Amino acid sequence: MKILVTVKRVEDYESKIKVRPDNSWIVTEGVNYRANPFDEIAVEEALRLRDSNAPSEVVAVSVGSAAAQAEIRSALAMGADRGILVKHDAFVDSDGVARLLKAVIEKEKPDVVLMGKQAVDVDDNVVGQLLAEYLGWGQATFASKKESLESPEEKAKKPGLRLGGDKKTMQVVREVDGGVETLELQLPAIVTVDLRLNVPRYASLPNIMKAKKKPIEELQPQALGVDPTPKVKVVRVEAPPARAAGVKVPDVATLVKKLHEEAKVV
Amino acid sequence: MATILVIAEQSHGHLKKATLNALTAAQQLAQKNGATIQGVAIGAGAQQAAQELAAYVGTVYAVEGAGFEHAIAETHSAAAAEAAKKASATDVVIAATAYGKDIAPRIAAKLSAGVASDILGVVSGNQFKRAMWAGNAIATVEVTTPVKVITVRATEFAAAQKAGSAGNVQALSVSAPAAKTRFIEFNEVKSARPELTEASAVVSGGRGTKGDFKAVEALADVLGAAVGASRAVVDAGWQPNDLQVGQTGKVVAPKLYIAAGISGAIQHLAGMKGSKTIVAINKDPEAPIFQVADYGLVADLFKALPELTEEVKKLK
Repeated sequence: MKILVTVKRVEDYESKIKVRPDNSWIVTEGVNYRANPFDEIAVEEALRLRDSNAPSEVVAVSVGSAAAQAEIRSALAMGADRGILVKHDAFVDSDGVARLLKAVIEKEKPDVVLMGKQAVDVDDNVVGQLLAEYLGWGQATFASKKESLESPEEKAKKPGLRLGGDKKTMQVVREVDGGVETLELQLPAIVTVDLRLNVPRYASLPNIMKAKKKPIEELQPQALGVDPTPKVKVVRVEAPPARAAGVKVPDVATLVKKLHEEAKVV
Repeated sequence: MATILVIAEQSHGHLKKATLNALTAAQQLAQKNGATIQGVAIGAGAQQAAQELAAYVGTVYAVEGAGFEHAIAETHSAAAAEAAKKASATDVVIAATAYGKDIAPRIAAKLSAGVASDILGVVSGNQFKRAMWAGNAIATVEVTTPVKVITVRATEFAAAQKAGSAGNVQALSVSAPAAKTRFIEFNEVKSARPELTEASAVVSGGRGTKGDFKAVEALADVLGAAVGASRAVVDAGWQPNDLQVGQTGKVVAPKLYIAAGISGAIQHLAGMKGSKTIVAINKDPEAPIFQVADYGLVADLFKALPELTEEVKKLK
């Protein structure tokens, strides 16, 4: 089977995010970049599905500037077979990303598309669902696994997504409000993954070396017939309101007194 | 005249509370663009939930029947889009819950709409505030399409008040599209405690608990609070994932948030910074959690929490 997985280049969540003085965006100079952590979980799951369903192929796709090659490379170093970069330097909104990915998917015809539930830069949680609708496919968002991340199943690196015997369906366990839901998707389908689907592997040094030789194809939006003009524009970016400095209390008795008399919350 | 369509979230005929928070956002939008508000409830029990929503909104559509029993994104988004067309809606508003996040983009695709997701505020008729980079920046986004789909962070808006007179419920007949997704099962996570995102108080435990949540739970129970956890705790398998507070878990904004043994990683802070009063209890005086706490106590949680539990009991 062919598995397509998305990898977005995002600011490292350990980096300090500062807003530009002109409020146009955040400061990008001096910030570390990495693959979106939810996408790494998607890559890990794609590799597990591939390895338990040979012969299969994992294609890692990114939409972004030439710099995003680094994140595709990191997916290749984890074990993906080849990469595709849809090269676009300007801001592209979730709708634009979904339409670009749709064009790539129509070209590649994967059996399943795995992606992070959201990218930790814009925190939109929209692309996968838009993509599913544009393609007329089924979707399962917030994919998780029944077993814990400490379970023998996870230690054995078993996929949490269960492919049907005929490889035409896939069962997905999803985290929803108040519980856990299981859906069965007809393939091809879109699966967006949540935090507890798996623990992504680290790329080994030999695999990092091997990844340097794996091909990355570059595609232009125009050649895909997509105009990625955003439907949703970012007009201003501000720092979040600072919380007023609090106080340290010496003991529990003082804390309770403050909570009762000052904050009036107990 | 322009119409805003609010999509109810309901379960077996009971309206989920977040719907009323989303309704408040819709009302704020209506003040900017002069629209009237209508509603729609979808799925098994929709008629009953629509009746409940009609106490707040003039006209509420109810879509029930074959294909809509379960909240499958393909069918529920189709019903919502049909209702939006019926109402000539310029805006579709829904709470940014698991359900809302699942179906809203599909509705947008059907209506050629842009999506403003998980909004914190309404700036104008087409501009909204939303958090990016785990809440480390607040963006104002502008939706440029004629029809807009807006998902609402429920904790940022108060619940709407009932209207003076009850509205009417209209059954809306929609034939469900053949879904490529089949519902298999739902396993409810049952708890005697309130749901994390709806609780007025939350007691969360972090790595400092070393996985022992007894003291956290005891305090939560005297406060009538929900129990939360940091990502470290969830990753270690000490607590189930649905208790995780943070950017990658649940976003909460209770009246009282008590963080015990939580250092305060950026991604955790993003999930609780909106709380009214924050208490941090941590052995490490340098823990970043103290920077957002209204009241900080440098102490061992295994000593402080039982004491706190006893003191709160005395007050009750």
